[in-house]
Amino acid sequence: MAVLDRSLASSSPGEAVRLPVASRLHDWVVTADHKKLGLMYIASGLVFFLVAGVMASMMRIQLAFPQNDFLGPNTFNRLMTMHGTTMVFFVGMPMFFGFANYLVPLQIGARDLAFPRLNAFGFWMFLFGGLLLYFSAIGSEGLYGAGSTPDVGWFAYAPLTSRTFSRGNATDYWILGILLSSVGSTATAINLVTTVATMRCPGMTLRRMPLFVWILWVDAILVLFVLSPLTAAQVMLLFDRFLGAHFFDTQAGGSAVLWQHFFWFFGHPEVYVLILPAFAIASEVIPVFSRKPLFGYPIMVAATICIGMISMSVWVHHMFVVGLEPGANTFFAASTMAIAVPTGIKIFNWLGTMWGGRIRFRVPMLWCTAFLVEFVLAGLTGVILATVPIDWQLSDSYFVVAHFHFVLIGGLLFNIFAAIYYWFPKATGRMLDEGLGRKHFFWFVLGFNLTFLPMHVPGLLGMPRRIYTYMPGRGWDAWNLVVTAGVAVQAVGILFFLWNVISSLRGGEPAGDDPWDAWTLEWATTSPPPEYNFEEIPTVRSRRPLWDLKHPEDPDWRWE
Amino acid sequence: MSTAAATGPGVPENMRGRIGMASLIVAEISFFAVFIVAYLFYLGKSTTGPQPGEVLKTPIAATICLLASSVTIAIALRALRAGSLGGFRAWWLATILLGAGFLFATALEWHELIHERGLTIATNLFGTTFYSLVGFHALHVTLGLCMLAFVLAASLRGRLQPADAERTEILSWYWHFVDAVWVAVFSVVYLTAR
Amino acid sequence: MNPGSPVHAIPDMFSPVSAPAEAIRQLWWLLGGISGAILLIVGGVVWWCATRFRALPGEDREPPQVYGSNQIEFAWTIVPVLIVFVLFLATARTIYDVQAMAPPADALEVTLVGHQWWWEIRYPGLGVVTANELHVPASVPGAKRPTFLTLESADVIHSFWVPQLAGKTDVVPARRNRTWVEPTETGTFLGQCAEFCGTQHANMLLRVVVDSPGDFAAWVEAQKRPAVADPLVAAGRAVFESTSCVNCHTVAGTGAKGTFGPDLTHLMSRTTIASGAADNVHAQLRAWIVDPHAIKPGALMPAMKLPDDQVDAVTAYLSTLR
Ligand code: HEA
Ligand code: HEA
Ligand code: HEC
Ligand code: CUA
Ligand SMILES: [Cu+2]
Repeated sequence: MAVLDRSLASSSPGEAVRLPVASRLHDWVVTADHKKLGLMYIASGLVFFLVAGVMASMMRIQLAFPQNDFLGPNTFNRLMTMHGTTMVFFVGMPMFFGFANYLVPLQIGARDLAFPRLNAFGFWMFLFGGLLLYFSAIGSEGLYGAGSTPDVGWFAYAPLTSRTFSRGNATDYWILGILLSSVGSTATAINLVTTVATMRCPGMTLRRMPLFVWILWVDAILVLFVLSPLTAAQVMLLFDRFLGAHFFDTQAGGSAVLWQHFFWFFGHPEVYVLILPAFAIASEVIPVFSRKPLFGYPIMVAATICIGMISMSVWVHHMFVVGLEPGANTFFAASTMAIAVPTGIKIFNWLGTMWGGRIRFRVPMLWCTAFLVEFVLAGLTGVILATVPIDWQLSDSYFVVAHFHFVLIGGLLFNIFAAIYYWFPKATGRMLDEGLGRKHFFWFVLGFNLTFLPMHVPGLLGMPRRIYTYMPGRGWDAWNLVVTAGVAVQAVGILFFLWNVISSLRGGEPAGDDPWDAWTLEWATTSPPPEYNFEEIPTVRSRRPLWDLKHPEDPDWRWE
Repeated sequence: MSTAAATGPGVPENMRGRIGMASLIVAEISFFAVFIVAYLFYLGKSTTGPQPGEVLKTPIAATICLLASSVTIAIALRALRAGSLGGFRAWWLATILLGAGFLFATALEWHELIHERGLTIATNLFGTTFYSLVGFHALHVTLGLCMLAFVLAASLRGRLQPADAERTEILSWYWHFVDAVWVAVFSVVYLTAR
Repeated sequence: MNPGSPVHAIPDMFSPVSAPAEAIRQLWWLLGGISGAILLIVGGVVWWCATRFRALPGEDREPPQVYGSNQIEFAWTIVPVLIVFVLFLATARTIYDVQAMAPPADALEVTLVGHQWWWEIRYPGLGVVTANELHVPASVPGAKRPTFLTLESADVIHSFWVPQLAGKTDVVPARRNRTWVEPTETGTFLGQCAEFCGTQHANMLLRVVVDSPGDFAAWVEAQKRPAVADPLVAAGRAVFESTSCVNCHTVAGTGAKGTFGPDLTHLMSRTTIASGAADNVHAQLRAWIVDPHAIKPGALMPAMKLPDDQVDAVTAYLSTLR
């Protein structure tokens, strides 16, 4: 108690001694501090997001009109592959690890992760993997083939990836870039699992752990189970390409379908690896801004674990059109639909949290509220796709593209924005500007819906994905034009966001330790937190230690 | 509040290494699982010879080496706990030798397969799946041996005390894991070949 | 082809004309309805919360702290479970209806081979080979005749998809997939390859021409004939047969027996060339022979670099292959 009192009082933003640029840079490069690594993850994720977003914009310009010739087929296929790969592996993943890195130790009252140097290793492997992927632009065919990045799609189906059909080295860069960053991700996941298991502060039993930490913990465990199968499959592909092995060589009896099983055994859980941090963020933001504790904490934990487990048994829903047995299709339809139940529980519990609250619609809460609606729509199109016969029509069409951008943007990205607005004050000591934030919110949400709501329609009208051009007169033209127009609106939103971050870093309003009147431990230390996080390791008695502190007349531990 | 225990919620300090190693092992298990699945999936699907039954011999000696090394490493640890550094070194060395024996047997097997039976990774599906599965296992044995050798060197230089038993034990988990993978490989590859 | 039969320009899954596609549309309404209802409810609750429970300016008091409620949580677990169960039953039924359908004795058998980036079409029972335009008979009352397709690939994975006739089925190398259609209306229906298969995946179009049973029989008869041998274009034929065209193309009744590219025996019976990348008109055909990559960049037919007069001759020759 005494500890918390003291740190709450000392709310002056620490005026550190300014070091020369070179040595500050050096500090960042050699650091093993979880907060610095966390910020580096998030920053590199943002940079990759902008790059991949620009690639998406180029694809959209090409698709705005039928038979447009802004991009040639090869360029388009490369952009498409790099966009998808980057967004999944080098935007979604670092966002997870970044927020986990920064916040998990703070929320459990620890001074760092369990293995700080392993943490630095994980980050640098991730970054190196990403750079290697992009190095393919000059590396795969040398300067003469400049721009020859991988072009096999983000799930790189065999046998398109074999030496016969994919000459040069672009595919090898795809393999190695992801493989390296997966090694880093596995290391970081091991680190997180261990940290949560062993480094919680006194009093923080599993039942008192913030839901944020719970969800990320389950997520890290999921990573352990599903990432190494991808690594294994990629190693097989490398053997095929370099040693003449036959894993996916259909000429020698190898199976093209086996790659799909391996990839999606990773790939499906991967999308939950990406969405779970978003759920974690919403579970933090919604209660604080509704001024109520999270509704149904135990069942939220149970639902998280359920999602983690079921997600490993649904991968075949990406393969309904492969021509598997009806029995297999039926089973995987059932398991896929089953995921709607625990996910629904989460949605309803968040609504239950808002219900009866006094909701403050600050920017983080705006994002989370929008997330609720967009994600339900996204999940429902997921269930529609899980209905196997409908998937026979819609698989590999723009309906699927719309589905997954809805989950990935309306689900994941919206919450990442919420998190950035919510924790920016903690990490920098300054608030992001509320007005610019609202503009960012308005433009981006508008642009997002303008882009991806109409995108469902060409899918229903038979437009396949991954086509660089299409014939006029098929009923797709107008829809594609609207979709492309939406991207420009999104870009305006992103520009407001960038402007907001840059200007607030310099001249944002000082935040104080606890600007949102929140309840978890990270708000009990200074903003930004000192290197050692807490002067003295705190002790907790409930899920909301700061609530107990602020409301001694009605502390949580009476009720839990 | 301040009356609560000064340590974490009942998590002993030494758990960190254990959970870290356990997590690593989980990741490794799913890695090997994929190669095992691939092996089983392609069993009998090679379009050309040789088939496993024609060329594989049951590696009895290698298996005994590796299984025995799991026992010796446990004895070495017990010795370390009991404070007998000499006993520890002897049994630890025995573990290393047994592991090296295993690798040697594998090398002989591969030599014969490649040079006398003409089976390489590029020959057929059997070669592809066999060499990658057994090879990755052997790679893990090699890594394990390096770490074991490192510990032996430390102990010979007097840098290893009974107080380090905990860390050494965690390393031994890895060794047991490598051993367990061998049991799986043995059943999947060699028993199905007969 | 019957000139009166309409071309359905929009490959719209909501205007099915064949049994599997029809079954899917029915399922869609169930899913669409339930999803719409759920979305409305959740959206409504969010809207209600946002208006009713919004904090008023200056209102600082904390609301009552509610931690959960077992009954409510149980309710919103069990209701989705029931919905999911219903959806699952409907799904399972349709899966078996479509996938477990066995071909009747008089079914038409067609083998469709996916190539980078065109379709080879074989009618094993009829001895007909063509490309990119699949002719099938309409299944009319009194003469019900479904078509069963065997899907094979010559290289990478492709996918057969003609939304108005049936959902898609992948075309996987070293694997024989089956699917079927039973169209009840005549006309031309559009589809295209739906699995990413490399550079020209976008231009791997497929047209299905549903003929009346009589028209279909006539079409088969025409296709079975060897290529027209018109003496007026002997020069072009000579060029064709003396160039490496013959390594990749077949023209029945001549020395051209290549199978790497489409069969050209009845090229003129098709409305498009290069699997829909261009209309089958003289100018386009000529342009194609001059440089296929101007029409379809990356296509696996090389530009043959023939002198102009030879190109004219070959084009004239090909134009007689009806
Ligand atoms: C963040 C990522 C994310 C998330 C969370 C999801 C969530 C879901 N996805 Fe999605 N999906 C992707 C990312 C994601 N997906 C991607 C990237 C692809 C394409 C990959 C590629 O091909 O490139 C894809 C593709 C994809 C397919 C394959 C389509 C195809 O290629 O043929 C299918 C099919 O079943 C599917 C289903 C689902 C389902 C059922 C859910 C469920 O988890 C949704 C559950 C949520 C709800 C249902 C809403 C809330 C629930 C309620 C309000 C309760 C009441 C509801 C009911 C009773 C129904 N997804
Ligand atoms: C997190 C995941 C994520 C995110 C956020 C996005 C974001 C976007 N995606 Fe992407 N997408 C995928 C994941 C994602 N995507 C995946 C996995 C695929 C599948 C790939 C495959 O098939 O293999 C895919 C495929 C995909 C396709 C289909 C390609 C095809 O099948 O042919 C399309 C087409 O419209 C598309 C569009 C977009 C658009 C318009 C955005 C927009 O939301 C982007 C918004 C961003 C911007 C508009 C950039 C803003 C930049 C500026 C304002 C400039 C500032 C610049 C500097 C300072 C340098 N995406
Ligand atoms: C190396 C192989 C090869 C050679 C040589 C070749 N072609 Fe082709 N041809 C193809 C392929 C492959 C296609 C299908 C291209 C596609 O649709 O992507 C094709 C398509 C065509 C088509 C369109 C057929 C249709 O129904 O769509 C015509 C016409 C044609 N070739 C004529 C010729 C002529 C004339 C020559 C010689 C001057 C020639 N080809 C030489 C491989 C070849
Ligand atoms: Cu063939 Cu795409
Ligand atoms: Cu999935």
